[in-house]
Amino acid sequence: MAHDSVSTFAVSFDTHPSRYRHWQLRVDGGVATLTLAVDIDGGLRPGYPLKLNSYDLGVDIELADAIRRLRFEHPAVRCVVVTGGVPKMFCAGANIRMLATSSHTWKVNFCKFTNETRCEIEDATANSGQRYIAACNGTAAGGGYELAEACAEIYLIDDGFSAVSLPEVPLLGVLPGTGGLTRLVDKRKVRRDIADIFCTKAEGFRLRDALKMRLVDGGFAKSKWEAGIAERAANVVQAAGGVGSEPGIELKALELTRTSSPETEVFAWPHLLLEVRTAERTATLTLQGPEGQAPETANELYKQGCHAWSLAAFRALDAALLELRFNHTNVGLILLRTQGSAAQVLAHDTALTRLRGEGDWFAREIQLFQARTLRRLDNMARSLYALIEPGSCFAGSLLEMAWAADRSYMLADPDRPNAIALHAVNQGALPTWNGMNRLAVRLLGEPKLLDAAWQLHGPVDAEQAEKAGLVTRAPDDIDWADEVRLAIEERVSFSPDALTGMEQNLRLAGPESADTKLFGRLTAWQNWIFQRPNAVGERGALTMYGNPQPPVFDWTRT
Amino acid sequence: MAIDYQSKIPNNVDLAQDRRLQRALEHWQPSYQAWWQEMGPEGLQDKDIYLRTAISADKDGWAHFDYVKMPDYRWGIFLAEREGERKVNFGDHAGLPAWQEVPGEYRNALRRIIVTQADTEPASVEQQRLLGQTAPSLYDLRNLCQVNVEEGRHLWAMVYLLHSYFGAEGRDEAEELLARRSGDADKPRILDAFNQPCNDWLSFFCFTMFADRDGKFQLASLAESGFDPLARTCKFMLTEEAHHMFVGDTGLERILRRSAQLTKLDPNGDARAQGGIDLPTVQKFINFWFSYCLDLFGSEISTNAADFFGAGLKGRFGEEKRFTEHTALGQHKEILQWKDGRLQPEQIDLRSAMNEVLREDYIGDCANAVRRWSNAVQAEGAAFEVKLPHERFHRRQGLYAGQSFDLEGNPISDAEFEQKRAEWLPTQEDKDYLVRIMQPVRGVGQIANWIAPPRRGINGLDFEFEYVRI
Ligand SMILES: [Fe+2]
Ligand SMILES: [Fe+2]
Repeated sequence: MAHDSVSTFAVSFDTHPSRYRHWQLRVDGGVATLTLAVDIDGGLRPGYPLKLNSYDLGVDIELADAIRRLRFEHPAVRCVVVTGGVPKMFCAGANIRMLATSSHTWKVNFCKFTNETRCEIEDATANSGQRYIAACNGTAAGGGYELAEACAEIYLIDDGFSAVSLPEVPLLGVLPGTGGLTRLVDKRKVRRDIADIFCTKAEGFRLRDALKMRLVDGGFAKSKWEAGIAERAANVVQAAGGVGSEPGIELKALELTRTSSPETEVFAWPHLLLEVRTAERTATLTLQGPEGQAPETANELYKQGCHAWSLAAFRALDAALLELRFNHTNVGLILLRTQGSAAQVLAHDTALTRLRGEGDWFAREIQLFQARTLRRLDNMARSLYALIEPGSCFAGSLLEMAWAADRSYMLADPDRPNAIALHAVNQGALPTWNGMNRLAVRLLGEPKLLDAAWQLHGPVDAEQAEKAGLVTRAPDDIDWADEVRLAIEERVSFSPDALTGMEQNLRLAGPESADTKLFGRLTAWQNWIFQRPNAVGERGALTMYGNPQPPVFDWTRT
Repeated sequence: MAIDYQSKIPNNVDLAQDRRLQRALEHWQPSYQAWWQEMGPEGLQDKDIYLRTAISADKDGWAHFDYVKMPDYRWGIFLAEREGERKVNFGDHAGLPAWQEVPGEYRNALRRIIVTQADTEPASVEQQRLLGQTAPSLYDLRNLCQVNVEEGRHLWAMVYLLHSYFGAEGRDEAEELLARRSGDADKPRILDAFNQPCNDWLSFFCFTMFADRDGKFQLASLAESGFDPLARTCKFMLTEEAHHMFVGDTGLERILRRSAQLTKLDPNGDARAQGGIDLPTVQKFINFWFSYCLDLFGSEISTNAADFFGAGLKGRFGEEKRFTEHTALGQHKEILQWKDGRLQPEQIDLRSAMNEVLREDYIGDCANAVRRWSNAVQAEGAAFEVKLPHERFHRRQGLYAGQSFDLEGNPISDAEFEQKRAEWLPTQEDKDYLVRIMQPVRGVGQIANWIAPPRRGINGLDFEFEYVRI
């Protein structure tokens, strides 16, 4: 996709296994193998050779693509083996020179995307019956070990050389920020003092000690490696009842049409319009509801394939969110709009829910994908306003967008009917990061309102919605224009840093999950460290890495 | 098990008073003995061999000669004597007192340096295990055993450092040193050259010439270390290493001289027809081992090398005596990078180029020997010049690993290299031939046909001496 405006270079997330430069995807019955052999000269930007199987965003875009395709195109796969394709190095993690030469914004967005990708691995294991096992046939260092941690099982080759390690703290003065710390104590439940030792020993531990410390789940000698991994993968498939019979659908490339005027850049995907107003620092996302009838049978849905509205619209939303994150970094406020028939949205949600209940894999995958895309929306470091106007279709799955937003404005015009509608999907199929549904998080302090909300069947008008706590404000037709304009203008005038911090804190009330700790704690600390002179100052550890002199620290601790 | 430390383990580290070291050694010593029985020179464990033993670190005690059975060899622990108040001589801590204990921030780096060096010592014993069966003379057989027991002692020296300064981790590493095996598919030795088979005496001489010489340069740069016990350990090891290189250097010279003689003797100039080794085959083995040993120095551009220098852990060859500037900051070294299909000069900061600096000194040292060999060959009337291949030739590590180069360092295609492989590197046929002609010679004063006798024997003795009582 050519890009010629604001940023000097644009990131494209559109790829396909036939065009991968770094990963190889092989499917053999119930077992898929993802092999990482990074093309040293294949960096997304120039200036950093991707040595030692280290990665940058381009490498991770391919991984994310592969994970997604495995679910949709190879649903019969039950075990995914992630392994290395260069000698002695499974993966050395994010490329340090790339990090050291990246802007803060880039680093943050890169880490967020890689984190989301690793969460997708866990989501596939937990919900799609595709169990990921990391076959570390060489050293897994830093992000390499974090990638392994995202898998359900980790195996390390016993060759007297290969180790697992998290060298970020001792070597780079930053954190293993792709879930490394969180998964260590939260998922693998490594005791905190053992984890402390692990995270401060740059060279890490080889199999014997790694097993003792529960950093890995098993290992094989070099001569028994291939057979050992193959046997384990076969057992995983067997435990899952053997290779599946699901046929899979093809994820075709998304069609995108771009136009631009001096004030506005427009991106049009099927079912989605993104208008970017760089000068105003705002963008509008308008999602079109379904036009056709909801599919009646699994076969009908399957025939629609990637063109099924429930999938196509959310794929477009996903693409738009990434476009905004990476290629329009000055947009501070995103206005979320919908257009179409709420009844049709509900009909599609009903169809998916019913088919999924009947055991259809495709309906399940679509809903899981919708849920992930909505969580990507939760993770946007931009202000989100939902604008609910006549002709909109904030119902069921699309209503989640309004609840993901920091505020929602719903026009109350007696002459122009305007309604939202709840659906069973709001109660569980589309959870946010802490595992709860968004309405429950929203109404944490008003359990009675929550109970009442689940009793609302059919259209809910503006006045009622405001009273029920479902929208923020419901201005009437006289106030609407001004109120919305002022809210927008005010929002884009505030400090972007303070807003990001504020929004992230307010969005996720209620209990924590490993994921919320990952995005809310690990990432936040990492982003703090990424700003500090001890990491990125003139003699900071990240700056000095690979230079002939050691870093110089400011020893003050807060 | 109780050990009479002073007599069993000659040392100058006050072992009798050091309970920590005693405890560690009590555990490790039996494992070491078992390893030696399993991996030491095959078929020679019960023979009396005229060996040099170090019984003290001063100039009278370090070379004590007598007949000894190898399992009874007294593997001692010696450090060169302390010289007053030594200082860190280079890097960011230059001028501060040298460390007598491991500084916490460099603990991992130092352990890695020591383990990597230590691993080569038992590795070479393993590689040379079967050579005793084909020795060309008792003199050579004795030298093989001498080199081997001393490599064993070098392992002891390194294990002493691990045991004394690195706690439980050090003890684990010491165990691992006995668990890895040269060339083993599952537990190979750390460095590649030490996993290569060394099954004939031409390879043995090449190995002691080129790999032990790498050892000399590594040890010399560690003898500059700001970590004083490491510096002193390495300094003492260097005295023994000199003999290993002597074995290799003179061994190759003797083969080359004999090859020249046989070439001249044969009506068709064919040394093989006379049961010897032809000069081009010797050259091929030199090409092979020299290129493998260049890899031992690590990548031309290395952050580890820079860190080690900056931290004062590993200096240049002769850092203190040969250089006046010891920070190596603000200086550059031009290194030719292979990029976009051609060699392009690039200025690399000096610290990051320390591996290359050391490698250049090593190449210079090798070149001196090669010049002497050529003179010796030509003195026998053969028109043959022995040459070192270019440093870019046949590399598997570093900047030139991904590309083929010819003997002069010119880039060539992989196909061209394959075409020339048999001309440049030993073939299976060459190796088989060597195995065929290398039959043991065990009479006093006798020598195999494919090698010239040495100009003199050991410790002032004649070549005609019963160095091994078979
Ligand atoms: Fe040695
Ligand atoms: Fe040696």
